[in-house]
Formats: sequence, C-alpha cells, structure tokens
Amino acid sequence: MSEKFSVYVPNLVNKDENFVQGHRACQGCGLALAVRLILKAAGRNTIVVSPTGCLEIISTPYPQSAWNLPWVHVAFENAAAVATGIEGAFKALQAKGKKDDKPVNIIAIGGDGGTADIGLQALSGAMERGHDFLYICVDNEAYMNTGIQRSSSTPFGASTTTSPSGQASIGQVTAKKNMTAIAAAHNIPYTATACPSYPFDLMEKVKRALSYRGPKYIHCLVACPTGWSNAADLMVRIGSLAVETGAFPLYEVIEGKYKLNFDFPKLRPITDYLKIQGRYKHLKPKDIELIQEKVNNDWKQLKHKVSCDMLASPSRERSGE
Amino acid sequence: MSKRVGLEISLAIAEAVKLADTDMIAAYPITPQTHIVERLAEMVAEGELKAAYINAESEHSAISLCVGSSIAGARTFTATSAQGLALMHEIMYITAALRLPIVMVVVNRAMSGPLSIWGDHSDVMGERDTGWIQLFAQNGQEAFDMTLQAFRIAEDHRVLLPVIVNIDGFTLSHVIEPIEILDQTELNKFMRTFKPKYPLDPRRPLTFGAFAIPEYYMEAKKQVEQAIFSSKAVIEEVWQEFDKLYGRHYTPIESYKTEDAKILLLTLGGIGETAQTAVDEMREQGIKVGLLKLVMYRPFPIQELRDACKAAQTLVICERAMSIGGQGGPIGFEVRSAFYNHRTDLQIHDIILGLGGRDVKVDDFKVLVKHASEKKPKEYELIGVRE
Repeated sequence: MSEKFSVYVPNLVNKDENFVQGHRACQGCGLALAVRLILKAAGRNTIVVSPTGCLEIISTPYPQSAWNLPWVHVAFENAAAVATGIEGAFKALQAKGKKDDKPVNIIAIGGDGGTADIGLQALSGAMERGHDFLYICVDNEAYMNTGIQRSSSTPFGASTTTSPSGQASIGQVTAKKNMTAIAAAHNIPYTATACPSYPFDLMEKVKRALSYRGPKYIHCLVACPTGWSNAADLMVRIGSLAVETGAFPLYEVIEGKYKLNFDFPKLRPITDYLKIQGRYKHLKPKDIELIQEKVNNDWKQLKHKVSCDMLASPSRERSGE
Repeated sequence: MSKRVGLEISLAIAEAVKLADTDMIAAYPITPQTHIVERLAEMVAEGELKAAYINAESEHSAISLCVGSSIAGARTFTATSAQGLALMHEIMYITAALRLPIVMVVVNRAMSGPLSIWGDHSDVMGERDTGWIQLFAQNGQEAFDMTLQAFRIAEDHRVLLPVIVNIDGFTLSHVIEPIEILDQTELNKFMRTFKPKYPLDPRRPLTFGAFAIPEYYMEAKKQVEQAIFSSKAVIEEVWQEFDKLYGRHYTPIESYKTEDAKILLLTLGGIGETAQTAVDEMREQGIKVGLLKLVMYRPFPIQELRDACKAAQTLVICERAMSIGGQGGPIGFEVRSAFYNHRTDLQIHDIILGLGGRDVKVDDFKVLVKHASEKKPKEYELIGVRE
C-alpha cells in the first residue's frame, strides 16, 4: 500500500515551483516548506503580498528573488491593506473595462508578528470590508527574523530573547493569542488552521479557501529550528506532534461551522511535543502539568464547538513525517 | 464649456479627482480633510464617478491600500491631514521608492499637541525627506488645477513619483471661492491614460519591494533623488501645456512686484494672498517691497530662488512650521542653505507665524517689512505669540 502511495502521490501535486530554490531560509525551515506547498495549491494565477519578516528577508535580497509569481512587500503592518488595495484596484479596473475579467488569486502571507501583533488592525479592517483575498499567517511563534523575540503568538512557557526563562520567570507568561478565533469572529466564509507536516491537508485548505469569495484566513503553524531550538531534521515531526498532542489542532470554520480535521481518541501527552524543543527545556514537571491542563481544556472547548459536525468521517491523511 | 462657479475648495478638489477619472480612492476621515473624501464617497455612491472607494481603518492602511492600488495599475487618490499624515509617514518613503504615482491632497493642519484641528504646515514639513513631489496652492483655483496637474506629473514615465498638493486647513479647504471647473471635453485634451511601467501580472511575474543590502541601498536612493530633480522639467512642461490650453500660468516660484523690490516676502500656501494685499498697500506708500510665493517645495527650486532674489537686499521668510530645538523653520534652513556660498549680503529673516490656525493678517506683513528694514536678522523669530 505505502509503496503504491508513494508512486501515486507525486502525481497529485502541482509540479510548478513558484517559491524556488536559492532562498536563504535556515535548514529545516517550516515556513519555506509551507510557502512552497501553498503556492503549489494556489497555482500560477496568483499574486502574493508579504509583510516584512522572515519570508521577505529569505526570499528577496536585491537583486535576487525566490518568487516565480508577482510578489509585493511594502512594510511590516500593512500586508492586508496592500493586498486589498490590489484587489480593490483590480475590481475597479475590471468594472471600467480597463482590465480583463480573469480572476486572480490574491494571497497575503505574513508571520505571526505581522499578523497577530503589528498587522492585526490592517487585517481586521481588510476582513471587515469583505475583500476577496486569502490571508495566511505562517506562525513560527516569535519574531524570528529579528532574533527570536516574543510575540502575542508565542505559547505560554516558551523562552525567547525578550521573554527569557530565568530564576524569576517561566519565560512567556501569557497564553498564545487565538488568531483563528479572531479571524472567524469577522464572520468570513472560510477560516482554518494548517501545518506543512500535513501537506495535503494544507494544500486542500488553500484550494478550498480560494473557492470562496470574500476574505479567507488560514493559520499555519510552521516549526522554526532556529527559534525553537530543535534539530533541523525534526521540523516535520514537530509539526505532527503539535497536532497529535493537541497543542495545535487542525480544524476549519466553514461559514461559521467548526469542523475538526484530525481527531484523536486520546491526545498524546504534551511533553512529547515540548521535550524535543530547547525553548521549553527549562520547564519543570509542574509547569508541564499546567500546560497539559490548558491543552486539555482548549481541546475540550474545540470539540464542543465541532460536536455538531463530529459525525462527519475524520480525514485519514498521512502526515508528512 | 468650462464654467466658473462658487464652490467650496474641498468640493472643487473632489471635482478634479472625478474629472481625472480616478480609479481608486482609499481614505480615513480626519478634520479638515473630510469634505474632500465625503464628496468623493458621494460621487461614487451616486455613480457619478466610477471608482473603488475604500474606507480604510486608519491612515496607515489608507496609504497602504493606495500603494497596492497603484502597483495594480489604478489611478489612485487619497487625502489627509496632520496626525493622519504622520501615521502614513512610514509608508511615504516606500511609496516614493516604489515609484508609485499616487496623488494626495494634504489639507494642512497643525500637529498635536496640544491637539489642534486648525491650519499650519507642521504636518507636511515632516514629509520633506520622503521623495514626494510637493506643491502648495494658495487659492481654490490653484487647488483644483494642481490636483489635475498632479496626475499628469506623477504618472509621466519620466517621473513616476507620488505628488502632494498642499492646501491650508479651513482657510482654504472650507472656503467658498469662484473656481473655474474645467469641462470634461476640455480637460481630456490635457489628461493622459495611466499606464503602469511595470504591470502587476502573473503572466509576467515581478518582485516589488525587495530589500537592499548596503551595496545597493545608496544607488536606490540616488535613483529617487535623480527622479525628483529631473521631474522639475516635466512639471514645467505640464504647466506650460496647461497654460496653453486653459490660460493659467504656473511657475516654481510666483513673483509679485519684485522687479525693483529691496525687501522680499516669501510665503507658502494661502497666506500668499494676504501678503499680496499687504504688498499692494505698502507699494501705495512707496515701500519697495515684493513677494515670492513658493509653489514647488519638492523638488526645491534652488536656482529660481537665487534668481528671484538677485536684486533684493532683504528676504523675509514667513513660514507656518517650526523645527523645535533647531534654528527656526524648515523653510528657513533650506533658503539660507541656497544662498550660502552664493551671496553673503542678503539679509534673511526667518519668521515663524500662524501656527495652529493663529490668524495671519495684512498688517502683520507690514510690521514684518518695517522691522526687517530697520533691524538685523536674528536666527529666527516667532511672531504673534504671547510672552
């Protein structure tokens, strides 16, 4: 079965590479893998907007570019505004007969800082106005580009350079901001979480998102060996563990309805996820218990939200490990 | 047929934006800019103007929406004031560096604090170094004309830079004046179609906004510098064409009764007309005084300024902005620099007045001229302020 699967799988995936080799991502960068997959799903008829951040600096040191698609970077906090400016302009030009009617995918891809912190206002404005675009947050849970400073998306207990663990601190003392819930609260047609450790799930979600009109949001967890202090070859494995332990559940909110994509009869203990990352190495057993409790609660709440849809058969996709 | 109508200047600017067949407007409300964008929103709602009108959730997003729109190839307009412009500040540099022909009317208002909705030029002076072309209108007709000219200038492939048209908050923006609104057919002789030099098209993928390492940054900045200096010839060409078609003459510096003047006043914006009245009255008393109105602030018309001051002994700069902790106002710095190494005998008085909407009256200019003819200049002076 698995042999046939590996022969068959490559035929399912778009061969086009639109985020190409030669970029300067660290070894084992989850972001680079995610972007490559996102663009395979979106196809050539796509324009990408990125805020300042890892993605921008790894892909466009002038005069080089890793983008085989039109790509726009303006500043840190405005990717959603720039993307929707393009969308608004295209619509106006089409209405005036100044541009062909061919629809173009407009996708903004930003990090957690550019999305959950400094870019949240612009993103909220863009979603509220109802523009037809997809926003994807590639979340590596801190400001990695500037040197691993905490963001509002950094999880409780993680040590970063501005939320260092120490004698008097556990590290990050606040809980991870729930960006997916914030996006869904804008009553947009499609919201989802994703992770490149589940490549087909990620690509399907990008395609599904693009099939809706209006604002769409995908929150994609991307492991960062540099910032999370893990072996580079564990990047895909860590993403799977984030899902299997319930630290980062994969689900969709389609037209207001929650749908869990990967259910587990029993979650793996959170310590399986935490122990292979240096950013958590200072945690004591009682800290881990606290985190486990939080994960259990969040999982319970999520299951409650999806309970209506739980009859739907769970997806059986192989993770990419 | 073009017609002369009594119209609030803000509404005349909206007429210009409509006549230019603007494709996209993104804005955020701030006093005293509001009448312009309200009128544009109404025009779009009534179907008089076929454009996207996008209500941004901040000025930062308003200019960012404009950047996206301009890259996408749409003729793009926005307007703001004071705090709004300051919030856009970060993106102002990037707009010029990306060479995007966005047109913005800045309805000049004092920077807070204390909070003031009234006029001065402290907002736009903060954008001095960004790479935007800047023009100052002194009345409604100029505001209307310059808004149209701004699109021609900005979108010219020899320029490709954003343009600010400055009008004074309230004393221009909210004033009703007789303004000749050009007829669409008449105007079509002047306007061109906007063709982006580098279209945003998946069939021809391009990277916009790559970052520059130290080996490239200075060259990129030099390109913007060269573009703005060479835009001057294009601006003058556009003005000549405008003059030929509609009979209204524009120059980088407008000179008024300067031929035999020993003392010259220098103004920006609406106080130019007040100063003009003062010059007329002083001339009647036999005082040899003239007036220079700085119309083009960026690129700064250095040579024109030197030429305009050739016969004068004293220059009195009247500016509505101040560089706190520096040597006066930003215009003062620039004008003095223009003469340094060129002539040492010109007495330059840098006068700061009319901040935060404080009235500038005809008599104020008379006092300034009298004062300047009797005393040596100080570094700078604030006038009309209680001790």
